[in-house]
Amino acid sequence: MSLDTTETTPPQKIDLRAEFESSGVAEVLRDLDRELVGLAPVKQRIRETAALLLVDRARRTMGLAQETPTLHMSFSGNPGTGKTTVALKMAGLLHRLGYVRKGHLVSVTRDDLVGQYIGHTAPKTREVLKKAMGGVLFIDEAYYLYRPDNERDYGQEAIEILLQVMENNRDDLVVIMAGYADRMDRFFTANPGFRSRIAHHIEFPDYTDGELGEIAENMLDAQNYRLDAGGRTAIADYIALRRAQPHFANARSIRNALDRARLRQANRLFETSRGPLNAEALSTITEDDIRQSRVFRGGLDVDREKTT
Amino acid sequence: MRITQGAFSFLPDLDDTQITAQVEYCLQNGWAIGIEHTDDPHPRNTYWEMFGNPMFDLRDAKGVMMELEECRKAHPDAYIRINAFDATGGFETVRLSFIVNRPAEEPTLRLTRTDVRGRTMNYALSAAR
Repeated sequence: MSLDTTETTPPQKIDLRAEFESSGVAEVLRDLDRELVGLAPVKQRIRETAALLLVDRARRTMGLAQETPTLHMSFSGNPGTGKTTVALKMAGLLHRLGYVRKGHLVSVTRDDLVGQYIGHTAPKTREVLKKAMGGVLFIDEAYYLYRPDNERDYGQEAIEILLQVMENNRDDLVVIMAGYADRMDRFFTANPGFRSRIAHHIEFPDYTDGELGEIAENMLDAQNYRLDAGGRTAIADYIALRRAQPHFANARSIRNALDRARLRQANRLFETSRGPLNAEALSTITEDDIRQSRVFRGGLDVDREKTT
Repeated sequence: MRITQGAFSFLPDLDDTQITAQVEYCLQNGWAIGIEHTDDPHPRNTYWEMFGNPMFDLRDAKGVMMELEECRKAHPDAYIRINAFDATGGFETVRLSFIVNRPAEEPTLRLTRTDVRGRTMNYALSAAR
């Protein structure tokens, strides 16, 4: 896996296509295409990044490049747009290309990095960094690290250690920061050190209604459930309504909705069934299971009071 | 006098690549790594001072090497060893322990012989700088 094992004479020619297949990158990209619905711009950016890294690796084996490229990234987008899932794929991709040695993903938030009293932050941050060595460190909602309103906030200390490691241990780990687009922008403006150390900014668009419908079907499929025709239209209506309500979190909202639909389905079966049920009945989610959602009655009561 | 404790201590000192390889082996086996240091090379001194917390759930040796670097910076003239602890049932003990840092000039161990009652002799080892 090590990159600098070219003791022998460097090769004269490299077949990028063959390299693309043999390194396993092709496989990761195909996985990405198959498993993730939509996200076309993200996939495009990842494909570009993969191409860049593949070429860079080819240049290295020929002895044309020495420096490790900066691989730290920032993922910005609304909640539930697949940032963590893509980060996991990215870790696999970087591992296949040999840019990280182990290819695991350590996912953290502010709580895991910042301590509660003086002298607590540095060991805590270092602990996390040690675990992430050889892999990818994924910092969710990274902007919470920086709290401008409190000048004694310990987040600043974590930021300094992070910056130092991002610079000095570029061969050992890749940092991916994720969060809402606008707040990430503000975070980077306030911490120019991060902006200059992060080479790849990838934006995650919101899913369209059609894509969310497809995601819902995929989620149910993975758990061996299916929607009947009425259920399918109900989901489509649900998505349109839910989007307009507060705290909409794209795919995560859909997952929660489906979890509750399964709950209602179980309840319905339990109360209405007379006699034995077949697999068909146990795995079908009907229109009624979805239409009972509070979303069709104007959302959560707390939110409705706020808006009126 | 060169003290010989733990694994590899009759070999020349391990360099950082060799230490990395050993640590990598420990991590592959799922052992937790601890770094300890002392300035007392007495063979009966089994409890060395711990540097930082023991490291669980590490995936790559680089994390340990970073910690070791810190420890060397803090205690350049001390003995430092790496312990690999196996937490699996049936072992629950240190599986590998080796010295990774020695003071530039190691203290000598002096043997003192004392006559006591009758023809009895007491022997004592002490470190002398």
